[in-house]
Amino acid sequence: MSYVIDRRLNGKNKSTVNRQRFLRRYRDHIKKAVEEAVSRRSITDMEHGEQISIPGRDIDEPVLHHGRGGKQTIVHPGNKEFTAGEQIARPQGGGGGGGGRGKAGNSGEGMDEFVFQITQEEFLEFMFEDLELPNLVKRHLNGTDTFKTVRAGISSEGNPSRINIVRTLRSAHARRIALTGSSRALLREAQAELERLKLEEPDNFGDIQAVEAEIVRLKARINRLPFLDTFDLKYNLLVKQPNPSSKAVMFCLMDVSGSMTQATKDVAKRFFILLYLFLKRNYDRIDVVFIRHHTSAREVDEEEFFYSRETGGTIVSSALKLMQEIMAERYPTNDWNIYAAQASDGDNWNDDSPVCRDILAKQIMPHVQYYTYVEITPREHQALWYEYERIGEAFPDTFAQQQLVSAGDIYPVFRELFQRRLAT
Amino acid sequence: MTARAQRRQPISTGSEWTFELIQTYDREISRLAARYALDTYPNQIEVITAEQMMDAYASVGMPLGYHHWSYGKQFLSTEKSYTRGQMGLAYEIVINSDPCIAYLMEENTMCMQALVIAHACYGHNSFFKGNYLFRTWTDATSIIDYLVFAKQYISQCEERHGIDAVEDLIDSCHALMNYGVDRYKRPYPISAEEERRRQKDREEHLQRQINDLWRTIPKGAEKGNEKDFARFPAEPQENILYFIEKHAPLLEPWQREVVRIVRKIAQYFYPQRQTQVMNEGWATFWHYTLMNDLYDEGLVTEGFMMEFLQSHTSVVFQPGYDSPYYNGINPYALGFAMYTDIRRMCEHPTEEDRRWFPDIAGSDWLSTLKFAMSSFKDESFILQYLSPKVIRDLKLFSILDDDQRDDLLVPAIHDESGYRVIREQLAAQYNLGNREPNVQIWSIDRRGDRSLTLRHQQHNRKPLGESTEEVLRHLHRLWGFDIHLESVEGDQVVKSHHMPPRSEHGDGLDYGRGDLAMAHRS
Repeated sequence: MSYVIDRRLNGKNKSTVNRQRFLRRYRDHIKKAVEEAVSRRSITDMEHGEQISIPGRDIDEPVLHHGRGGKQTIVHPGNKEFTAGEQIARPQGGGGGGGGRGKAGNSGEGMDEFVFQITQEEFLEFMFEDLELPNLVKRHLNGTDTFKTVRAGISSEGNPSRINIVRTLRSAHARRIALTGSSRALLREAQAELERLKLEEPDNFGDIQAVEAEIVRLKARINRLPFLDTFDLKYNLLVKQPNPSSKAVMFCLMDVSGSMTQATKDVAKRFFILLYLFLKRNYDRIDVVFIRHHTSAREVDEEEFFYSRETGGTIVSSALKLMQEIMAERYPTNDWNIYAAQASDGDNWNDDSPVCRDILAKQIMPHVQYYTYVEITPREHQALWYEYERIGEAFPDTFAQQQLVSAGDIYPVFRELFQRRLAT
Repeated sequence: MTARAQRRQPISTGSEWTFELIQTYDREISRLAARYALDTYPNQIEVITAEQMMDAYASVGMPLGYHHWSYGKQFLSTEKSYTRGQMGLAYEIVINSDPCIAYLMEENTMCMQALVIAHACYGHNSFFKGNYLFRTWTDATSIIDYLVFAKQYISQCEERHGIDAVEDLIDSCHALMNYGVDRYKRPYPISAEEERRRQKDREEHLQRQINDLWRTIPKGAEKGNEKDFARFPAEPQENILYFIEKHAPLLEPWQREVVRIVRKIAQYFYPQRQTQVMNEGWATFWHYTLMNDLYDEGLVTEGFMMEFLQSHTSVVFQPGYDSPYYNGINPYALGFAMYTDIRRMCEHPTEEDRRWFPDIAGSDWLSTLKFAMSSFKDESFILQYLSPKVIRDLKLFSILDDDQRDDLLVPAIHDESGYRVIREQLAAQYNLGNREPNVQIWSIDRRGDRSLTLRHQQHNRKPLGESTEEVLRHLHRLWGFDIHLESVEGDQVVKSHHMPPRSEHGDGLDYGRGDLAMAHRS
């Protein structure tokens, strides 16, 4: 009479499409909320989603219903003190003797905001929407380390976990039919002969016995054939296809001279993280190279890059030289998409700035996809900024510089740097 | 009763459930239900996870629905309140279909599963099969097929005409969904096969009819003239969506079909909206009765009963009007109290019952109860069966809120002189006709600007709510020409709305009919 069905393994995301539709419809609201969130929370915790709230008024579905006013009679439970015919003062706040106007839909009335959660994936999606990596050339599409396994039919060799049972048994069956064909024809003949003998010459024991022996022999021969032979085994064949992948390397260059305070470094860090997250969405594999410099440059790991204290004067060209060396050594430009982000407070040894421009213009800019320079300072620009401006003129598509004053500027500046440009 | 003396042999003792146990409990409950001759559709019990329950919840209980953002919104808010523990999930969803589909949630204990089986698979199920509203208005055998058809059709439309066009159209239909039902006329049963077959013919046929209605070339001057000036429609039309589907001048055939789908689904849910108290009360009455029977036969343990009673009491809990948890009358509580009281009146009538309910007092309780279940809707059920005892127990009183007076008045409370008044007022409160504004299609200007006039018959001077403008905007999108809405008290027009608004005619507020990309047909 009743059937019990286990549906737990069925897809649970039946509402995914509807959810997407909802997000699609309220794109603008969500984007605004995401932008606010980005500037509010520290960029190091981009690892989770975000709570979005939308004014309830904007997402209400209108229906025809009664408004307040007129003559309304409502029955309520739980009377304690009222007697029939009693007049009572209207409660403050206009409620007609407690809420509940009878319609379930009204329970949402108290909520002004519709609040819900979006996942990290969706959060980043909204965060980087309309941004793009400039000059996203997929260089040399032969990334060597990624493969995709695809099915490529059936083979007769393989490992036991890939046995294709249906094909194996089918071929065993075919083999048995093929190899026993003649024996079975003989068997049929012998059986017919035996029938005939028994019917027509029941006394001819000699012949009957001979035929019977023949039948036993044939049956044995047929049975001797193995049910399954090694060459029946069929395997699903999987082959590895090289997967063209794009690789990118991101150079983070930061000034750690005495003039950079922890606060400035923090701003720089957030900028780098944002860039990293963004690159990660576009490339399968990303290397990050951290280069810090004061008067001399050093390649360091992440921890040291952001936290170790070290001070001194500033020679920016040292970092550029190191970057150039690393590029030449480890990241051949036909294999790698190279991005660089440099953060500094703009202080530099005055004689050094023209050297920087020289290295950049001649040795670095021709090879990189995009080079961004952010100057984190509330002060006037110095020589380095003006030298870089000239690079910007020479490489308008691949070079960009912006000034950051506080953490709040990071995201807008970031958007500015990576704003999707109209196709040229 | 004899069993009570026997040694208890419970079906299970732990709180874990297994499929075998569910089957055993179902078998036992089914056996007990058979003693009361509960007539049910076959049951299809589906075990699902909490996430799946949220999915089911979000699609307002339809096992499969077309895609729309509003279901996504529902899902997001369910998900949020569930994950934050603000709300437990409904432990049952049951679908009025044949076989009757009931969902059990994986997380529930064995006791809860048994409770849900009794409640949904025997309570709701027999209500769906027995109540006259469901029998006349819905067709349990074909609903699933129809939903499949609707879903496919709408996604085809999305492919063909773009998601936005379809979404806008469905938004507009949803705004008028409550006005997409025939309240009095029995609809033809729907069948997916039939729908699919007829849908093509209908497109052509409909379009032909519409072209006729809107023909602008004069039809010879003979007797057609007189008819031309007659009001159209001749009678006011309550089913606005039906009218739109048949007569809106600019809709494309596919758009009419979508209007029809929304309308059909609204019709399917219409009985549920009218029988909340009866339906939930009936299911609650039976889970209570059946679980107690299980206990009487020694099939369940005391701990099981404690757990059951705890959730039962929270289901039928009715907070008072001054409680912070108060959110109107709890349909479970009212329904359960009424059915229980009907049984009491049959079995142990008091002198008062004999006076109030001479036909019921002392009669066979089972047949009386079944008659009550099958032949009423909330409004008439309350009018017929709400007894003084239930009114006293719930301490019902009424409040008259008249905006022309300074104070609220208490017209009646739970006493001898108030019983009848309370009963009538409570019944009226469940009358959908009172709850929803009475808005009907009054006329269309066929020879002029093709505007559509609606009439709102005011009841006790109750005005229309604040989202009226918005709804009219949606109606305007469907109709394609001006909309007028007149609120009428008696014969007098007290207020009128216009879309597009009169003052700023043609201004940007309008949804515009361009966004439906409707081509003019000549």
